[in-house]
Amino acid sequence: MRATIDAAIATNRFGFGARPGELATVGSDPRAWLTAQLTGGPPTLADDGLRSSADVLAEVIALRRANRAAETDSATQVRVAVKLGQLYRPVYVSEATARLRGAVTSERPFLERLTHFWTNHFAISVDKLAVLGLAGGFEREAIRPHVLGSFTELLLAVERHPAMLLYLDNHLSVGPNSILGQRAARRRRDVRIGINENLAREILELHTLGVDGGYTQADVTAFAHVISGWSIGGDNGRLRGGDPGQFYFRAELHEPGAKTVLSRRYDEPGIEQGEAVLRDLAVHPATAHHIATKLARHFIADEPDAATIERLARVFRDGRGDLPMLYRALIDSREPWSQPLTKYKTPCEYLTSAYRGLQLPVIQGQGALAALELLGQRTYSPGSPAGWPDRAADWSGASALLKRVEWADAVGQRLGDQRDAAELAPQLLGTTLTGTTRTALKHAASAPQALTLLLAAPEFLRR
Amino acid sequence: MSTIARRTFLGTGLLAAGGAFLAPRLTFAAAAGDSRLIVVLMRGALDGLAAVPPHGDHDYAGLRAELAIAPPGGANGALPLDALFGLHPKLDFLHESYGAGELTVFHALATAYRERSHFDGQDVLENGSARAHALQSGWLNRALAAQPRERRGPGRELGVALGQNVPLVMRGPAAVASWSPSRLAALDEDTLQRLADLYAADPLLSQRLADALAADAIATAGSSASDGEGADGMLARDRGAARYGEVIHAAAAFLARDDGPRVAVFDTIGWDTHANEGGAQGQLGARLAALDAGLRTLKAQLGPAWGRTAIVMLTEFGRTAATNGTRGTDHGTATAAFLLGGAVRGGRVVADWPGLSSRALYQQRDLAPTLDARALLKGVLHEHLGIPERELDSSVFPESAAVRPLRDLFRA
Repeated sequence: MRATIDAAIATNRFGFGARPGELATVGSDPRAWLTAQLTGGPPTLADDGLRSSADVLAEVIALRRANRAAETDSATQVRVAVKLGQLYRPVYVSEATARLRGAVTSERPFLERLTHFWTNHFAISVDKLAVLGLAGGFEREAIRPHVLGSFTELLLAVERHPAMLLYLDNHLSVGPNSILGQRAARRRRDVRIGINENLAREILELHTLGVDGGYTQADVTAFAHVISGWSIGGDNGRLRGGDPGQFYFRAELHEPGAKTVLSRRYDEPGIEQGEAVLRDLAVHPATAHHIATKLARHFIADEPDAATIERLARVFRDGRGDLPMLYRALIDSREPWSQPLTKYKTPCEYLTSAYRGLQLPVIQGQGALAALELLGQRTYSPGSPAGWPDRAADWSGASALLKRVEWADAVGQRLGDQRDAAELAPQLLGTTLTGTTRTALKHAASAPQALTLLLAAPEFLRR
Repeated sequence: MSTIARRTFLGTGLLAAGGAFLAPRLTFAAAAGDSRLIVVLMRGALDGLAAVPPHGDHDYAGLRAELAIAPPGGANGALPLDALFGLHPKLDFLHESYGAGELTVFHALATAYRERSHFDGQDVLENGSARAHALQSGWLNRALAAQPRERRGPGRELGVALGQNVPLVMRGPAAVASWSPSRLAALDEDTLQRLADLYAADPLLSQRLADALAADAIATAGSSASDGEGADGMLARDRGAARYGEVIHAAAAFLARDDGPRVAVFDTIGWDTHANEGGAQGQLGARLAALDAGLRTLKAQLGPAWGRTAIVMLTEFGRTAATNGTRGTDHGTATAAFLLGGAVRGGRVVADWPGLSSRALYQQRDLAPTLDARALLKGVLHEHLGIPERELDSSVFPESAAVRPLRDLFRA
């Protein structure tokens, strides 16, 4: 009995939901099933036809350049925005579809979940139109290759990625004493150019130290100066040089000189200064605590206990951010296995587990993305760099529940005659399936109704 | 099984396993007390200096450079309020309301929070204390719990949260309803009943399901179909606009009822204008125009209830006095707030204006706060909803005895 609850925890909380027969495969050693997924290379996505973000962004830059002369005319601005949407929308749809398909079909669902976790930690949001066509590329290019690597390399890859620079406005941030800054101050007094602190703040607050990590406003400002010049290549008005759409360090924007961040002085030149600060942030004890807290909240319970967090943080510190070591420590902890169904599924987790359990294909244009949006979690659109929240209170509102029930009903009506819900339930839920639900499925008035009840059952709404 | 409208189902009640009759959980206060309150949260740090430009302050234009709103009189000039302040030119309805004495504008207002994190700032705005994450409930919910006895009754919800999930400001001991627009067809009665049975042992799910069904019946009563099928419209702006429209309609539908809730909350997003904010025209202008239009619709749909309605519009903090390097503004401190409604004693600006000189700016970058947001909220809750002051100083806004409520905010 104990072993099969662990199997359900492995497939449903660590993974994205059991597929029929998977619980039997996981069998008597769920921990081994999880650690085995950490071998075999980073989690890639079958990306037939997906373009690189640089490729897409280069096209955007060309579009803007073609409209440069009239860019202050609001009619042109609208026209450009419409063209941008037309360019970006199909890219977004392909990327979001591929992502969902990856989570639904993966043989290493633990790695898919970890990918989603890190993308959410380093969140960008496509409600900012400028990144609508880049979010998928960002996840494939900056996140996936490092899920099984080190946090340091992951952090560096993320903060260099043009999607992140665009999302948090760093690509045009100008040091006041930089070459361009001084030139502008001499010439055009009416047009303010200068430092944008957005990315620096979010790196400290959200990506590394955390909001209580002990940084000050002075650190934010200094760090913003440090990463001035971290920009995007391609000709963009007064800026020239670099490969269009790729990371490009623009020395003429960089605030020169040594800077002090978190009481440490950095006198490296150019891009090395930012890299040095990021490397130190990556292994800072506050970062270890911050990451440990989020990981524990995601895999154990909404309010994980302090001892568990501290233990994971110590592994992070000792391993200097070695991520597989951290994941193993999580798997080897007692706490994730002490109780099933501790977490309320987000809409993405709910839909993905339903698709996995029903073995439904993810086909573009057939409503999976629309369903995610209707359920309250439009792909890549958390609305802020803090990402989607990770507590039951954030997802279990009355109307949100009704949406899931309605969706379950729609699926039941469409597919109910092709599934045997009573037979499927133990395959997906193992021994977390309650007697009440088992009985309800057995006595359902119809096959469609039975499937609806399974998909709306309390055990299926949680993980 | 016949598919019937949820509101009809609601009327028949829910039968628990074993045949016990469960009355619908969601019922509202009887008509005693007819003041309505709507709280609108503007997430992302609304630029108060753009929404309510202090055109009469001689430091304003220089700080805001190409984003500055021109003084009243010119094309794209501010809409006049008084010698010092105007309204952003896109806020037509608010300006008309000001002229009709139904809008009070507050400026140089801030919560007790002095950092610049959206998430912590919003947490403080909603939790009603001086510290982020100090409380897991919100001041509005605690205010509902502190309502005088004659406005309450057993199992009666007085508040409704409009949107996918209940925001922190509305979470807490007092039960509240929630509602958001739906796209899917209604479930049949038998399935709903069996689901209710399945949830009987799960307190969270059973409560949520019943509340959802009841709220939906109210919100959609008498409405025509709004936005069409949920096709793959990808531009966030379109879907946001459709949702906002439905939320406005639902707010009016709930609050216009004699037997409905008295308090509603919803939020709006997109106020975080770090880049290309625009002055009179542009990103912020377009959002303000949309907000303004929705409020105009809300007044029209509330009908006679407008006369007893107050709408409080708040944001977590303001933005820098000067523009940044990307034609926008960064996170700041003090900002503007609005109190709108037929019940409001308006037509004035409440501001102890500190000025925008470099000496006057907070940390040499932000408009300095001279008014605590809780003073406004206490005034509203006391005068308009009758919450006793000692509750406001203790349970609703803990440790806030030093913050005195604003007075005379409402008509007699």
